[in-house]
Amino acid sequence: MAFLTENAQKHLANRHRKSRLFALLCAIVTWSSVFLLGVLLVRITLDGIGWLNWNFLTSFPSRFPAQAGIKSALAGTLWLIVMIAFISIPVGVSAALYLEEFSKRGRLATLIEVNIANLSGVPSIVYGILGLAIFVRFFGLERSLISGALTMSLLIVPVIIIASREAIKTVPMSIRYAALSLGATRWQTTWSHVLPSAFPGIMTGVILALSRAIGETAPLILIGAASYVAFLPKGPMDSFTALPIQIYGWASRPQAEFSELAAAGILVLLAVLLLMNATAIFIRNKTEKRLK
Amino acid sequence: MSDSIPTTGLSFSIHKGVTRWGETAIKFWLGSCTALSLFTTAAIVVLLLVESFDFFMAVSPIDFFFGTRWVPLLKPSSYGVLPLLWGTAQIAIGAALIAIPLGLASAIYLSEYASAQVRSWIKPILELLAGIPTVVYGYFALTFVTPMLRHVIPDIQVFNALSAAIVVGIMILPTIATLSDNALRAVPDSLRQAAYAIGATSYEVTTSIVVPAGLSGVMASFLLAISRAIGETMAVTLAAGQTPNLSLSMLGSIETMTAYIVQISIGDTPSGSIAYQTLFAVAALLFFITLMINVISQWILGRFREVYD
Repeated sequence: MAFLTENAQKHLANRHRKSRLFALLCAIVTWSSVFLLGVLLVRITLDGIGWLNWNFLTSFPSRFPAQAGIKSALAGTLWLIVMIAFISIPVGVSAALYLEEFSKRGRLATLIEVNIANLSGVPSIVYGILGLAIFVRFFGLERSLISGALTMSLLIVPVIIIASREAIKTVPMSIRYAALSLGATRWQTTWSHVLPSAFPGIMTGVILALSRAIGETAPLILIGAASYVAFLPKGPMDSFTALPIQIYGWASRPQAEFSELAAAGILVLLAVLLLMNATAIFIRNKTEKRLK
Repeated sequence: MSDSIPTTGLSFSIHKGVTRWGETAIKFWLGSCTALSLFTTAAIVVLLLVESFDFFMAVSPIDFFFGTRWVPLLKPSSYGVLPLLWGTAQIAIGAALIAIPLGLASAIYLSEYASAQVRSWIKPILELLAGIPTVVYGYFALTFVTPMLRHVIPDIQVFNALSAAIVVGIMILPTIATLSDNALRAVPDSLRQAAYAIGATSYEVTTSIVVPAGLSGVMASFLLAISRAIGETMAVTLAAGQTPNLSLSMLGSIETMTAYIVQISIGDTPSGSIAYQTLFAVAALLFFITLMINVISQWILGRFREVYD
């Protein structure tokens, strides 16, 4: 029966032990990331939940922690979401449509592709400096909502282009052929057939990009969103604050009360992000069903 | 009209000779949106070059690149960028030391061991980790990681490079895990089956077949993650402090390039002053470093990609 010598058997057993150990190690590492996310969320919830009440949502910031709230920051963030969406979605999706449906393959297309990939890797703070120099200073838009929205749009347009292109690529060629063969122009094909088919994918990418913009702090600090704003912005030219800025302002203070306020602010920010992602999933499910 | 659609070789248009102005206008609009991306890059490059040029008229590049003291706001001022560069390097190296082994292990687990059901749970969780705003990680470093570290290392400062490096490591881990997982899953199963057929264990298959075969994608994910760590701003600004420092220790306050940019833009530095221009010189350096890393990462992807049928 001795198929292997004793030494060989030992060696084989060792190899298998090593293999099992390795698999176990990889599993433990992966699950600890999950655990870590749990720790992070629980920790922040415990810190902030005590401060989270109606008063917190409807008060302006204050130097007295007990009276401080995030009304202006929340309003600023909602303004930003809407403005960024109106600026970045048409531009980003248009560029993606051009690249996928209209442009000729060639050196220019490759250059643009590489350029967009690189833009998506530029640190957000560099966009902040660009926004400061161009929108705040050069165009004289001051430290306003519109400066913030334009800067953030520059930041997420590459992300939207990349995500939308992926979505457009999944639209089968046969749909285009069918439309073109009936005499539709390229744009008619794109508008009535390609875009609706790619819509769920585009929407998901867009909302993920928007949630990235909502969480970004550095560019807004650069263009000068202040952390103490005791009024609500009335229009795009007003100065503003936003949730991440307010969180940063509170977190950088040494007092424990402000640190807990920061945690409460984070909870509100995470709730906004969660709401946006839930919307993305909802839209995706709804439109996917309709198309099938 | 039918430029990029592969046809049967016949390329004609039924609208030949008719100019459709609407179609042309729309195409122009779409093209302009695309061109905007080129303008953005051009604007960044020109802005940073022009403004840094002004800076280098006042401060010699040798003092900037090789000086060891960064004191831009006080007299006597000194503009040696090495302390900021070193601060950024400390964070990036620390974060990479954490995220590379853990991220790769997670990627291996996801692509080689996990069941489809487990994957469908873990992937979204990793995406969630990646989607958490960086200011939240800064808060986490300040109020959780540093107090935890204090139990182990009692003389650690409130602001320290170590806790910032740890949270940045956590932040970039999902990037490595997700991208490496994609790279490993692209390795064809036939390679694995061949190795198993000659009696290799799963550990041997993973380390000597799968990872080497997917190495270009794995390396690219490392570089991309490191470039993200270098550009990371808020976690570092909150947790690592604002003390430009050339020391080897990670237990004290340091300052990264990004944190310095935030410090200057929050303070009331008059525009046009040399201190204000440092903003652009530091940003130019930051932009250049991350661009180089991203380009190298893309080059690795293109150059060393193993193509399987």
